[in-house]
Amino acid sequence: MEMAYALCVGILTTSGIFLTLRGRTFPVVVGLTLLSYAVNLFLFASGRLGIDDAAVLQAEATNYTDPLPQALVLTAIVIGFAMTAFAVILAMRARADLGNDHVDGRLPTITEESTAKEKP
Amino acid sequence: MEHLAILPILIPLLCGVLMLLPPISGQLSRQRSLSLAALGVLVLITLRLLLQAGSDEIEVYVLGDWQPPYGIVLVADRLSTLMLLLSSVLGFASMLYACAGDDRQGAYFHPLFMFQLMGINGAFLTGDIFNLFVFFEVLLIASYALLIHGGGKQKTRASVHYVVLNLVGSSIFLFALGILYGTLGTLNIADLAQKVSQLAPSEQAIASAGALMLLVVFGLKSAILPLQFWLPRTYSAASAPVAALFAILTKVGIYSILRVFTVIFGDDAGALAQIATPWLWPLAILTLIAATIGVLAASSLRQLIAQLVVLSVGTLLVGLAMARSEATGALLYYLVHSTLVCAGLFLLADMISQQRGKAEDRFVAARRMCQPVAIGIAFFIGALAIVGLPPFSGFVGKALLLKSTLLEGEAAWVYPAILFGGLAALIAMSRAGTTLFWHTSREPDSCDRVSRLQLAAVFLLLLTSPLLVIFGGPVSDFTYDTAEQLHGMSRSLHLLLPGGGS
Repeated sequence: MEMAYALCVGILTTSGIFLTLRGRTFPVVVGLTLLSYAVNLFLFASGRLGIDDAAVLQAEATNYTDPLPQALVLTAIVIGFAMTAFAVILAMRARADLGNDHVDGRLPTITEESTAKEKP
Repeated sequence: MEHLAILPILIPLLCGVLMLLPPISGQLSRQRSLSLAALGVLVLITLRLLLQAGSDEIEVYVLGDWQPPYGIVLVADRLSTLMLLLSSVLGFASMLYACAGDDRQGAYFHPLFMFQLMGINGAFLTGDIFNLFVFFEVLLIASYALLIHGGGKQKTRASVHYVVLNLVGSSIFLFALGILYGTLGTLNIADLAQKVSQLAPSEQAIASAGALMLLVVFGLKSAILPLQFWLPRTYSAASAPVAALFAILTKVGIYSILRVFTVIFGDDAGALAQIATPWLWPLAILTLIAATIGVLAASSLRQLIAQLVVLSVGTLLVGLAMARSEATGALLYYLVHSTLVCAGLFLLADMISQQRGKAEDRFVAARRMCQPVAIGIAFFIGALAIVGLPPFSGFVGKALLLKSTLLEGEAAWVYPAILFGGLAALIAMSRAGTTLFWHTSREPDSCDRVSRLQLAAVFLLLLTSPLLVIFGGPVSDFTYDTAEQLHGMSRSLHLLLPGGGS
């Protein structure tokens, strides 16, 4: 289970970072969202993974899950959600104000050499 | 007055909420008076807290009486109260300037300003690193909105970079917190400091990765070399009072580095002691070099001041890298000076660009300013202070910092980097002054005078510089005692953990 979980976090982080490094705002926002999913899963695992454990401290339970990471994840989800909403609005505003959806606010100028290279 | 410690968070929060409600939300004049009143009260409260902390008493405010390390704690020691006083004075002056008309550019300026201050104060007061993250987010989301306040292409473009970078930074922050919680099992700063020295060797590598990820995040906030490229554009695009308030945001990063890498990963951290120092040395020198070049290359006054902010961050980093009590004392003196003077200069740049018409604050010949004397005196004080010439506080700060370097090894790097930075700043500021004040093309056709409030705000900030020199003895004594307390904290953790820890 640990392996599958670690792979999930790893793949989400990789995709998140890849998309965040793209040049247009839409992939960047999606990348940030994936990154925040990865973070939430990661935080959740910091209290160790366990199956069939009691949720909170009980006198008779021998194993219980750590409740703190769940509280942390809840906080992180709320904050992440608000931030994503803001990033989406900002990206739309930038599209309207600047006339394109590039993160730098202007499209990179394509010189003749680079287009010539791309042609087979 | 046992609840005094939480008031710097509660007052801005409650005022911000009140301003969104009907009797106040409709009228700008009511919002202004409430803002100024709240910030005035805040200055008095933080001053009282500072005096209280000056008696070497560390106030631990336990919310809801849940004893640490389980509950949420606020810690008001010398360092946090010093930063609180700094932020409230800065907030008051910026608000004074904004009340002259900048708050009319868009809606909700005053509530946003209050929430921003709440985040800053919270970050200084909190005693555990997860709440540090939460308050970082509070101040960031307010700063996103304040940055774009008023609108315009420049602001939107700067905002996109600023927001995306900081969202990535927040993710890294959470990863680091997850790693530290997974290895150490706590997030309370004092408890972390207690446990980090007893860490099993197998977990040390993971914990050090977490610690260095924290350094990356704080480095992004405080604009350390590879992560500083966002700063000049962001600060020069923001409206003047917002840029002035942002002058303390980089210092929030410096404060966090100081707190985390002195108390948790300081001298008493066993195998992880001084984990950041080998990284901070080269970064400090490189930041100074990059900022020196940036200062010389700036083409407008606002950009120049933004680069001077980076230069001051480089100077502060040198003090951090030395990781000794006397260097930290000098650093804190320089931090107070550079925050107030940079903020004053941002406000001044806005007045200059108001009076120069279309040329704004770019270094080109333009019409003469119609109040050259008042603005010129302010510029002269600000320039001498930020460059670090006597008789102003920049000189004292730099001299204290240079005095605390060790002659073998350190001085060979520190002296040239800081002195060349100062020289570049001197050249750039004198060139800027010459162009802005003397290189005039024509007489002003209409005089658009700056208001008394604006001048008062600028002089309030800039006159702290001579005050810091006149009261240099008591102030530097305070900062040295603060450094002493901070560096001794990892040996007196029982003061911060009344419950004895877990």
